[in-house]
Amino acid sequence: MYKAKIFVNYKQSVLDPKAEVIKHTLHRLGQDNVQDVTVGKYFEVLLEGAHDAVAAQVDTLCDQMLANVNMESYRFTLEEVSQ
Amino acid sequence: MKAAVLTFPGSNCDADLLWAVQEIAGQEAALVSANTEDLTGFDLVLVPGGFSYGDYLRSGAIAKFAPVMGALKTFAANGGYVLGICNGFQILTEAGLLPGALQVNTSLEFICEPEPLIVANHQTAFSNQYAAGQTISLPIAHGEGNYYADPETLASIEAHQQVVFRYAENPNGSLNDIAGLTNEAGNVLGMMPHPERAVEALLGGTDGLGVFESLIAATKGAVHVAN
Repeated sequence: MYKAKIFVNYKQSVLDPKAEVIKHTLHRLGQDNVQDVTVGKYFEVLLEGAHDAVAAQVDTLCDQMLANVNMESYRFTLEEVSQ
Repeated sequence: MKAAVLTFPGSNCDADLLWAVQEIAGQEAALVSANTEDLTGFDLVLVPGGFSYGDYLRSGAIAKFAPVMGALKTFAANGGYVLGICNGFQILTEAGLLPGALQVNTSLEFICEPEPLIVANHQTAFSNQYAAGQTISLPIAHGEGNYYADPETLASIEAHQQVVFRYAENPNGSLNDIAGLTNEAGNVLGMMPHPERAVEALLGGTDGLGVFESLIAATKGAVHVAN
């Protein structure tokens, strides 16, 4: 069994208003060296199957559902876990 | 004209749309569950505003997998008229029936107010009863209406004159002030402002009536639609 750890973020070309507000607030708190903030989503999905098949499957479900590829990009890792 | 008003769990503008089409525009209309898989017999499908499936994951992201969506894609591919308003617009972009995506407003605020709009293209099935460049006022009510498309897509949208409504005073950060746009074929429109909330003087204005009157004219074949 594999645990997919999936990260979804806005594409770099998309200005994220939430991240901008967080960055400005950090600056106001005196955290002047903060250069950039990214806000994203994190998913964990447990899947049964062989590594390569599961990897292809996770790619598909990210593309179809977990990310809107018009404005978001995704990446994931697979970790073998015992039941 | 016979219109279907789709209802997803969490839709909340379906009754308003039904009222606007039936009682104000005097047309035939029916509420149709998102679990239906058949849309034959309708001239127009309306995808209402609200918070379909709680807007979990992203606005419209779960609704795009509703049973009715296959029938809606077939309906649109066959040239049927589809109008998505607010959450309906978000659902249509998620489903790939319209280009781009709706992102959170730049102010991070949910904005609920009348908004001046410019009719950018009056030669569509949805806008032929307006004058070219006419300024109208329609209410908006959304937290995620900030239209985004990559530069290439945006250029294609403009080249094909797909923008039907633009904000006169961009309230949410939408690229190119886009408030509503069609697909390239011109039979699917998505818009964030609510025409169904501006069909009676009692509601504060009647500028939204033109959308429904345009569709009546288009379904009768009474107007030539450029697209």
